[in-house]
Amino acid sequence: MVLTLGNYRQVLAARTTDKEILKNAQDGGIVTALFAYALENDIIDGAIVAGPGQLPWQGMPMVAMNRQELLAAQKTKYNISPNMKLLKEATRSFGLEKVGFVGVPCMLQGLRKAQVYPIAMRDVPDKIALVLGIFCMEVFPYQSMVQLVEDHTNQKLESVSKMEIGKGKFTVCTERCAVTAIPLKVTHKYEQPGCHVCLDYVANLSDISSGSVGTPDGWSTVFVRTKKGEAVWNGAVAEGWFETQPIEQVKPGLDLVTKLATEKITKNKKTLEERAALGVGKGLRNPYLST
Amino acid sequence: MGLLSSIKKGMGGEEQQMPPTSPPAQTEEARREERATPDRIRVGHVHLCGCTGCVVALTDIYQGLFKVLDDYVDWVYGTTIADVRRIPEMDVALVEGAVCLQDHEQIQDLRTTRLQSKLVVAIGSCACTGNILRFSRGGQVNQPQHESFAPISDLVDVDVHIPTCAPTPQQIRNTIVMAYLLLKGTDDQKALAGRWLKPMMDLARTPFYQKASFNTLMQEVINQGLCMGCGTCAASCPVRAISMEFGKPNGTRDLCINCGACYAQCPRSFFDHDLMEQHESIMELIQGAMAPK
Ligand SMILES: Cc1cc2nc3c(=O)[nH]c(=O)nc-3n(C[C@H](O)[C@H](O)[C@H](O)COP(=O)(O)OP(=O)(O)OC[C@H]3O[C@@H](n4cnc5c(N)ncnc54)[C@H](O)[C@@H]3O)c2cc1C
Ligand code: SF4
Ligand code: SF4
Ligand code: SF4
Repeated sequence: MVLTLGNYRQVLAARTTDKEILKNAQDGGIVTALFAYALENDIIDGAIVAGPGQLPWQGMPMVAMNRQELLAAQKTKYNISPNMKLLKEATRSFGLEKVGFVGVPCMLQGLRKAQVYPIAMRDVPDKIALVLGIFCMEVFPYQSMVQLVEDHTNQKLESVSKMEIGKGKFTVCTERCAVTAIPLKVTHKYEQPGCHVCLDYVANLSDISSGSVGTPDGWSTVFVRTKKGEAVWNGAVAEGWFETQPIEQVKPGLDLVTKLATEKITKNKKTLEERAALGVGKGLRNPYLST
Repeated sequence: MGLLSSIKKGMGGEEQQMPPTSPPAQTEEARREERATPDRIRVGHVHLCGCTGCVVALTDIYQGLFKVLDDYVDWVYGTTIADVRRIPEMDVALVEGAVCLQDHEQIQDLRTTRLQSKLVVAIGSCACTGNILRFSRGGQVNQPQHESFAPISDLVDVDVHIPTCAPTPQQIRNTIVMAYLLLKGTDDQKALAGRWLKPMMDLARTPFYQKASFNTLMQEVINQGLCMGCGTCAASCPVRAISMEFGKPNGTRDLCINCGACYAQCPRSFFDHDLMEQHESIMELIQGAMAPK
């Protein structure tokens, strides 16, 4: 059975105390601060992140080997960054023995499958040291994002300083602080089709996952999921990398996370059923052995 | 820690007592006798038209191989590792290489293997999909008439696939551990192993997979509207035939050797949510099972 919020050991609200990281973070700077902590403490040798591509706001996988490179990869790119592409390469050309990885839920499905079934991942499964997940409702192909920003919000992609999805809107902020928002019903048709069969919202397969939903602006909701994740999280908190609050004490809280996760999974399960019956006595393939 | 007890531990059960070890045997004959315990499974390696890369990948489990040979497996056949002439009865037969349709001896070996083995495992892409041998037209020295090479499933039923060129030591390791559990484990262990093995068994029975190439990924994932651009396929390709263009795989089909790795590794070819939720304990279990004593 697909779990709505996944297995977890702790859930809380948090943001980093590192001012430099927080300044450019998408939300509470959880991902970048955790990798910076893990690099400093030799938990990882480097991390696969979504760095800047050749085109504005294009997500391009990169192996960040130091703090500067982690900072260069901050913020959410609402287009596909195929981070799994670098997983094997990170252990080869980059020589990493302890790999950090961040990805949306589907990438972590690829990553855990690569560990449990390392069919084509020679010497990779035992080198994965820290897997961070970010919540995800959907992603856009690059061209969809161009159309949303340039046609619908009338901004030049080059001048955008942040994009955000939340509170029912797709919001674009420019460097000169002009803010334009469009309702999500406009954006739906531009979504990547492969997202419509996705049954994970809060990165169930990560060691630690986080996202903006559930907590106030500038904070993040954090799920600490595995033994490994808990050791890293407790270590970072003990060293003062994060300020935290019990999730019960923040608004809107876990109920909203649960609601959105349930909506996503329910809708996409329905899509799977419709696909299976798309033709006449025939339909499309369902990749899942259990749902 | 023995495999069974490490599994029990991984699943929250009690640790099992190790059986008392018998004193060292005197003669080679006696030692062989002692090694044939009922708790080991009988495994062999049958070599058809393959480059030996698959069996080398097996030895690349390094110390793990000693663990396997000490505790889990009686190696009963294999021209590279054991000196046995006739194909014996086996629990698991690892078959490397495609079968040459002009080599009658080889066809006979494959038939005997199927008839005498509980599980036939196609190890490596030559056995699973034909791989690079699909491009053969014969004409090589010694046997120029040997021109047609087929995946073994064209001639016999295959139970499990371990695709890729070369297969990875870690996937071979995981398969051996799971096959052992399936045959010798408790009911819980059998259930877990069966679940893990199922997709590998499905691949072995999927006609389109036996003809796999980059096109399979295209037809069964991308053309089906399932691809979400993770890039796993690009990382999987042994000949780097796949690049990611704007978040979607693009195959240079002239480079593709028909190994089927991209499709098998893609999370949208098959994915079991229930099993994968247990990823941490499964990894601990495999690592525990392979840990030196
Ligand atoms: C496509 C997408 C959809 C999302 N949808 C939601 C949602 O519905 N609800 C929610 O609460 N949160 C969502 N998030 C997560 C949220 O936007 C933040 O990424 C998350 O809260 C981390 O912020 P941070 O301040 O901790 O990280 P930061 O310190 O800003 O670092 C973010 C990290 O994420 C990486 N990253 C950025 N874009 C991508 C990408 N496309 N693929 C893989 N990695 C990437 C960066 O390289 C960086 O390492 C989504 C993220 C993405 C990429
Ligand atoms: S919705 Fe699912 S498939 Fe789409 S990008 Fe997010 S995690 Fe991946
Ligand atoms: S591995 Fe599968 S889902 Fe991922 S990019 Fe390749 S085809 Fe798409
Ligand atoms: S594209 Fe690469 S991984 Fe896929 S079948 Fe061809 S050679 Fe194998």
